[in-house]
Amino acid sequence: MSTLTGTWHLVRLALRRDRVVLPVWVAAVAGLAWGVVASYQGTLLTEADRVATATFSAGSPLARVFDGPASGTSLGAMALVEGWKILAILTALMAAQTVVRHTRQDEETGRAELLGSAAVGRHARLVAALVVALGASLAVGAVSAVAIAAPSGLGWAGAWAVGMAAAGMGGVFAAAAAVAAQVFSTARAANAAAAACLGGAFLLRAIGDVTGEVTDGGVVVRSAWPSWLSPYGWGQQVRPYAEDNWWIAWLFVALTVALVVIAFVLADRRDIGPGMVPAPAGPARAAASLGSPFGLAWRLQRGVLLVWLAGLAVFGAVFGSLGDSVETYLADNEPMRAMLQSLAPGGDPVDVYYVLTMAIIGVAAGGYVVQGLLRMRAEEVAGRVEPVLAAAVDRRRWLASHVAIVAGGTALVLLTAGLAAGLSYGAASGRWAEGVGDLLAAAAVQVPAALALGGFVVAVFGVLPRWAGPITWFALAAALVMGQLGKLFELPQWLLDVSPFTHVPLVPAEPFDATPVLWLSAVAIALAAVGFAAFRHRDLAIGA
Amino acid sequence: MAHVIHAEGLTKSFGSTRALDGLDLTVEPGQVHGFLGPNGAGKSTTIRVLLGLLRKDGGRVDVLGGHPWRDAVALHRRLAYVPGDVHLWPNLSGGEAIDVLGRLRGGLDTARRDELVERFQLDPTKRCSAYSKGNRQKVALVAGLAADVELYLLDEPTSGLDPLMETVFQEVVRELRAAGGTVLLSSHILAEAEALCDAVSIIRDGRVVETGTLAQLRHLTRTRLEVTTREPLDDLGSVAGIHGLKISDGGRTARIEVEAEGLGAVVHLLGTRDVISLTSTPPSLEELFLRHYGEELGTLAVAASGNGSSR
Repeated sequence: MSTLTGTWHLVRLALRRDRVVLPVWVAAVAGLAWGVVASYQGTLLTEADRVATATFSAGSPLARVFDGPASGTSLGAMALVEGWKILAILTALMAAQTVVRHTRQDEETGRAELLGSAAVGRHARLVAALVVALGASLAVGAVSAVAIAAPSGLGWAGAWAVGMAAAGMGGVFAAAAAVAAQVFSTARAANAAAAACLGGAFLLRAIGDVTGEVTDGGVVVRSAWPSWLSPYGWGQQVRPYAEDNWWIAWLFVALTVALVVIAFVLADRRDIGPGMVPAPAGPARAAASLGSPFGLAWRLQRGVLLVWLAGLAVFGAVFGSLGDSVETYLADNEPMRAMLQSLAPGGDPVDVYYVLTMAIIGVAAGGYVVQGLLRMRAEEVAGRVEPVLAAAVDRRRWLASHVAIVAGGTALVLLTAGLAAGLSYGAASGRWAEGVGDLLAAAAVQVPAALALGGFVVAVFGVLPRWAGPITWFALAAALVMGQLGKLFELPQWLLDVSPFTHVPLVPAEPFDATPVLWLSAVAIALAAVGFAAFRHRDLAIGA
Repeated sequence: MAHVIHAEGLTKSFGSTRALDGLDLTVEPGQVHGFLGPNGAGKSTTIRVLLGLLRKDGGRVDVLGGHPWRDAVALHRRLAYVPGDVHLWPNLSGGEAIDVLGRLRGGLDTARRDELVERFQLDPTKRCSAYSKGNRQKVALVAGLAADVELYLLDEPTSGLDPLMETVFQEVVRELRAAGGTVLLSSHILAEAEALCDAVSIIRDGRVVETGTLAQLRHLTRTRLEVTTREPLDDLGSVAGIHGLKISDGGRTARIEVEAEGLGAVVHLLGTRDVISLTSTPPSLEELFLRHYGEELGTLAVAASGNGSSR
């Protein structure tokens, strides 16, 4: 078929371009799936533990919203109810972004024109992008199945079933992204549309699962009909290691094919270049607030800040509201209780639960710190700092604008998450003052640790700019691993001490201690000072 | 007033690459100074050192009487910069980008800005991500040229512009000069430099190999003459400073290239031969340029023919 001429060459080009990013996605999803199964095997040792946890998952509306319908007390089924969100969300995002990268982004940057002028058929680019995205989705499904079944010994049937479901998510969202890439004229908008579809699919089944009924002695949830309208919900209805509903594969195939057909129909009706929804016009003049380095930095930083602010506030609210049910849950689950007690002897186990929750939110806020500060490096590499510093802008002032916004943003993100957690705990338990006070304090003590990480990012940006991205993301990942798994892997204390989050006082389980907080603040300031001094004296990377 | 730009023995290396290798450059007030060289000769590196974006390794440099690295901010209020490769914020509109860059430099004349937007036919409401290369270039040109400053540093400012816009650009540069501004115009478009520049410096491998006013530089190269006379010209070859003599038409038509020093003697001799027609072509900037890059072209040509014959 002449409209497909060159497809195979384009597939190879796409694989060459994605030779790092796709294997990383596949490995990350499979690794996380393995991690969830391993942690369930490590903690739920007896049938009694499993029944208690499954009863909690089936009974708690919040667990139903976030994890989905409980499917009995088999270990594999329980782990994959929890693990499905990782498999589903990451595979869908990987597939959608891959399609957008090789279709809409190529058109936006003009690469598509260059390819279109070669002996390449009209449909070849879209087909090639779908082939690569579907291939990657199948790879995620297969590698995840191996990662779930091989080390755990849980058996292969459930692992292949969940792998099929993950690949199905990838297929549906690759096809949805193919439609979005025809409709919207920027890669950003197409990706956002695909992500919005994913959010809608999550929400639809959340409604179905919350309104479903609990059966089988309180350990299984039968979802209501809205769950069946969502591909995300189909994946859960596969119920790996419980029912292994393979026939659901046909639902994924049917929706994928339908969306692909729509994408091709749309593609035939438009020119290369513009989408069907034109990019909106912007203002002809800049607002007065854009006239300073701070104003420009705010414009560049506000989007990232708002996303993290909203994300961690929701996260905090969910964890806060679980506090009450955690109390009930811990009353029946002695091993869990003992584990929490060992972290802060003398502290109330529910308080320890909050300490652990806030530690996660603290490291997550570290993610905001790293992403926000690395925006400076992105601006530098893209060549957009050059015209700014060629204007009458002092380097220190430019750097200070970004650092001030991210530092203030970090405090805002953490306090908002703490407040959201406190309010939702208050709403669930009626203990408003205690909840808000304790959880705000628990969030506030995370701020200096996150800022110490920020100081490190600024220092690396000044001293080793080329390596700023890898070094700082690695530092964040290391902090996350040490915080969550350090005790489990019995890492030496000196190594754990390198992470600023190790030093955060265990408020509210233990009384507040000012010493580590002051030290962390001093470290943050000293590292940032190193970064400022180094940035002042170094060459600017010249944009490519 | 002293020199606007004065650099002596400027050096700058990136790793093992020596981008500037003892560069000397002097730009006088009120001049449009062409800075010519092919890609990779060191033009942009020089301009970035003048802006204090890169730090020189050695040598001396003065811009508007100040130190480009130490006094960067104070100097940048008095100069405007147009890069050759313009990178803009994809989610800002072109108009916003112009205003941001202008205000960060210390404010821009809105009437002048609007006039330039009009003249360059730029749609300022489009997102920067939707602009073509030429339109991104126009954003940088409007932001830079709308500034009322003493010095304009233009680094290949017309790359991607169409010929109509190129004409507008040349008009605007002449206006800037008429208003007393000084311009350093880096370019590899020789016609543009020839049309605009009072003086040029030719850069090669990180050093300036030729500098001066166009008149001075022309003096260094040969003028081409084509002459027809009634009396024979056979003895023309004996005049000093003559090259490439070609005589035809029974010795009555000659084509020669004459060094500046030999022109007087040639004209003197022609005066005795009853001239019928005479055309004289002054050396083009291209010839000046090729004088310094000629051997490279020769090498490339040899390499190309070598490749051709081996296949």
